[in-house]
Amino acid sequence: MDIISPQLPHITAEPFYRPVRGEHALFEAAFGRQLPVLLKGPTGCGKTRFVEYMAWKLNRPLVTVACHEDLTASDLIGRYLIVGGQTVWMEGPLSAAARHGAICYLDEVVEARKDTMVVIHPLADSRRVLPIEKRGELVHAADGFMLVVSYNPGYQSVLKELKQSTRQRFVALDFDYPAPELEADIVVHETGIDRDTATKLVKFAGMTRNLKGSGLDEGASTRLLVHAGTLIAAGIAPEEACRAAISQAMTDDAEMLSAVQELFSSVF
Amino acid sequence: MAQRELTAAEIAPLLDDWLQVEFTDYALHDQVARIAALGTGDQAFVLDWIRRSAAVNVQLGHMFATQAPRILTEANHRSVEAWILHALDEIDRVGLKSALDVLRDHGRFVASGREHAGGAVYSEFAGVLRNFVHGLSGRVLRLEQDGCADGAYTDSETLFLPAVVADFDDARDNFVLAKLLVTMLWAQTRFGTFACDFASVCARYPDAARALDCFRALETLRLEAAIARELPGIGREARRARALSHSDALTPAWRAWRERLAVPGAGARESLACLDAAYAAALPPAPPFQCALRPDAVAAVQAARIAREKTLLRVKLSELLDDMPPRAERDDSSPRLELRSAAASPDDLPRHDLLVDGNPVPLPDHMAALLTSIQLDFSEIPPEYLQPAGPGDYDAYAAQSLDKGPDDVWSGTYHEDGAIFYPEWDFRRQHFRKNWCVMREIDIAPVHDDFRAQVLQRYPGLARQLRRSFEALRDQDRPERRQVDGNELDLDALVEAHGDAHAGHDMSERLFTRRHRTERDIAVLFMVDMSGSTLGWINDVQRETLLLLSEGLETLGDRYAIYGFSGMTRKKCELYRIKRFEENYDADVQGRISGIRARDYTRMGFAVRHATHLLGQVQARRRLLIVISDGKPDDYTDKYRGPYGIEDTRRALLQAMHAGVRPFCITVDKEARDYLPRLYGAARYTVVDDVARLPYKVADIYRRLTH
Repeated sequence: MDIISPQLPHITAEPFYRPVRGEHALFEAAFGRQLPVLLKGPTGCGKTRFVEYMAWKLNRPLVTVACHEDLTASDLIGRYLIVGGQTVWMEGPLSAAARHGAICYLDEVVEARKDTMVVIHPLADSRRVLPIEKRGELVHAADGFMLVVSYNPGYQSVLKELKQSTRQRFVALDFDYPAPELEADIVVHETGIDRDTATKLVKFAGMTRNLKGSGLDEGASTRLLVHAGTLIAAGIAPEEACRAAISQAMTDDAEMLSAVQELFSSVF
Repeated sequence: MAQRELTAAEIAPLLDDWLQVEFTDYALHDQVARIAALGTGDQAFVLDWIRRSAAVNVQLGHMFATQAPRILTEANHRSVEAWILHALDEIDRVGLKSALDVLRDHGRFVASGREHAGGAVYSEFAGVLRNFVHGLSGRVLRLEQDGCADGAYTDSETLFLPAVVADFDDARDNFVLAKLLVTMLWAQTRFGTFACDFASVCARYPDAARALDCFRALETLRLEAAIARELPGIGREARRARALSHSDALTPAWRAWRERLAVPGAGARESLACLDAAYAAALPPAPPFQCALRPDAVAAVQAARIAREKTLLRVKLSELLDDMPPRAERDDSSPRLELRSAAASPDDLPRHDLLVDGNPVPLPDHMAALLTSIQLDFSEIPPEYLQPAGPGDYDAYAAQSLDKGPDDVWSGTYHEDGAIFYPEWDFRRQHFRKNWCVMREIDIAPVHDDFRAQVLQRYPGLARQLRRSFEALRDQDRPERRQVDGNELDLDALVEAHGDAHAGHDMSERLFTRRHRTERDIAVLFMVDMSGSTLGWINDVQRETLLLLSEGLETLGDRYAIYGFSGMTRKKCELYRIKRFEENYDADVQGRISGIRARDYTRMGFAVRHATHLLGQVQARRRLLIVISDGKPDDYTDKYRGPYGIEDTRRALLQAMHAGVRPFCITVDKEARDYLPRLYGAARYTVVDDVARLPYKVADIYRRLTH
């Protein structure tokens, strides 16, 4: 029977990433010892970029799955399909990564249903196997295979939490927004705006992060700064760019919006 | 009220009754005569408001009865109503004298009404500027309205602002001015005005008040420059405000001082260094955003804060060290603590890195905030602050007064029949005290008034919005895939099943999708702090919140219960039933919500334990315990205050979590960020800075928690 495997793309160009405090060394060590990794941190602080960077550095293909609540075990492992009257086995991203020694990255893993997540358990401990029930097959993960999951502990919903039995299988790396100088570097590099504007954007982001917990769920992420910077580089006035890319993206509350705009105009 | 005009003879007994003439001996002939002379509509209007204001305060009612008939000849009902409502506000906010002043001088009220038209009113700008100032770096500052005459000032934790900012004609200019005031006050705390003892320096001059004025003018220049560097946008607005108010012309001497003070990193000492010369010169024109200095107010707050933060930092350090892995056995010297502080420029607040025996240790957010606050008071972190607290210090922090044992108070006098006993955690013993708390469930006597109608009238928009958004939660339809039957084919499942069949496997029967109304299956218990400190308007807002929330929950269909808690020593722990799970939301429940009153202290552990027990008896997939509180655990002449109470409550919350209950705390205590993380973990609490926003916030939080 035919097996269709998904593409396992290699990352060819070096993604822009600056290690902050040795997270790349930890990741490499975990990779060397075949330990799965959990990335914790607020949204838009560079988790995905870090995984891309490590995949490039370790020269492994990278498969990314964005988790959502309708994600089923078949979506990860694979399913039978019929192509031209023939049955073929369509391999899922997780089993393909395990078989071929790729890095499999499950983004925002809390979004997936808990029963779906259980299928990763045997892959995430010393067994490193993936049972494929329908085919009666036990896939032993290749040497280069690595499981990486990410989640944002800032969610306050009690319905969205990682089960202990899941999270205790991982080496956890804690992420936060980069230090101001580095964050300005990133914004300059990603958007091409001048350093002065980038520094101001970062300062403004710091102000919104001070508001976390007293009105905002999260401050402006590095990703939002990059969005705003991109708009500014495209010729949009900074105030308009920040309103569209940052303020409105963070909150709908009218008072908070005015406060955020006032903060913005105080640094620009 | 009757439709025809009342005669003086009919009016007199009404006024006698409302104004309690029997006790007050008011002579009311004039008032009665003037009211009797009014037309029907005016008469009914005036009488109604006399009755209402007299119910709040008899003197106020009397003053209104005296003034209103005359005022009605020149003003319409709406403006008279605004006037009396303003007086009623004053009595709540400031006191009777101020309220009477408002009624005595109607002309001033009218004039300030005109001011309100173009002016920035505190209640309107406070919401935006509160968030604005939270966004700036440094200590978290509060905003409050203050009627004092000498302008805006701060005690280094709270910014006191005038009720109206109306220096300019244009509304936007006035708002900007309010923002400039807030920024100037923030700059006083941020750029070290209070890090030097300017008051005693000024006191050495022959004219101390003048010296203080000079220092204030110098500081205004210095802070303006610092703001312009740190917040260029605000700097531009400050220059514009100076130009608009014609306060931008300085003499050469003052220009020289301004330049000297504009050097990055210049502190308040620099201003003091200029003081001798400036004292001899004429004062420059004051810009409209110049703020007052109140060294007395600062001193009191600063002293209390310094003591509190020193202990707090040392306790936190000791907690941090306790959490670290134990060191080599033979090494019993205490760990070497070192703080490395680095600032990118002289204006920036330094970032602190803590080194333990030379190794960097990540600082939790609340400790970083604490260090920043200490930094602002001293311009550095004094080395003696880096001593972790020993066991003795912990006790000093705990027991501020302990003159009587808890047992002395109630021994022998309080029956334990019919009570439930709960254990309590003693963190010093590291053990439970068995059957320590004597707990009773007590029904609140319902107060049947028109509380519900009032609240719904007061928040018409919110009530509607709540109902709608809760309905949206309820009606969340989700397509369920792979069902045995349903109204549509699940194409993915069908293809997969067909593939399975071809490959020789059983074909799945789960080939349909069906729309499914999500079962929420949530039980939630709201536990309301009924301690004495909620007395007054916190209590009012709590009641309003509970009522609105209940209205919303009724549309949602989640099972919910409401209990209040309060205690006075371990022998009188009381849980007040407001609504049980199985009870319907009816007039009695509404009456009990209306009847919630502030009681004793905040003994919390027993309440959490009992709530856990109650939740355990409900069949539900998810159980939530939401605590609405205004302060940390506390009790009367009892060691419950401080770490004992916090540790006991924490233990009770851990037990709750083990029992499958998710606790969450909503608090209006501004210091809550110090201890709540310890109680609830980083993401399980929220601090509502503005009590008046509680109804909005609680509903919003509930939606988010269960969505």
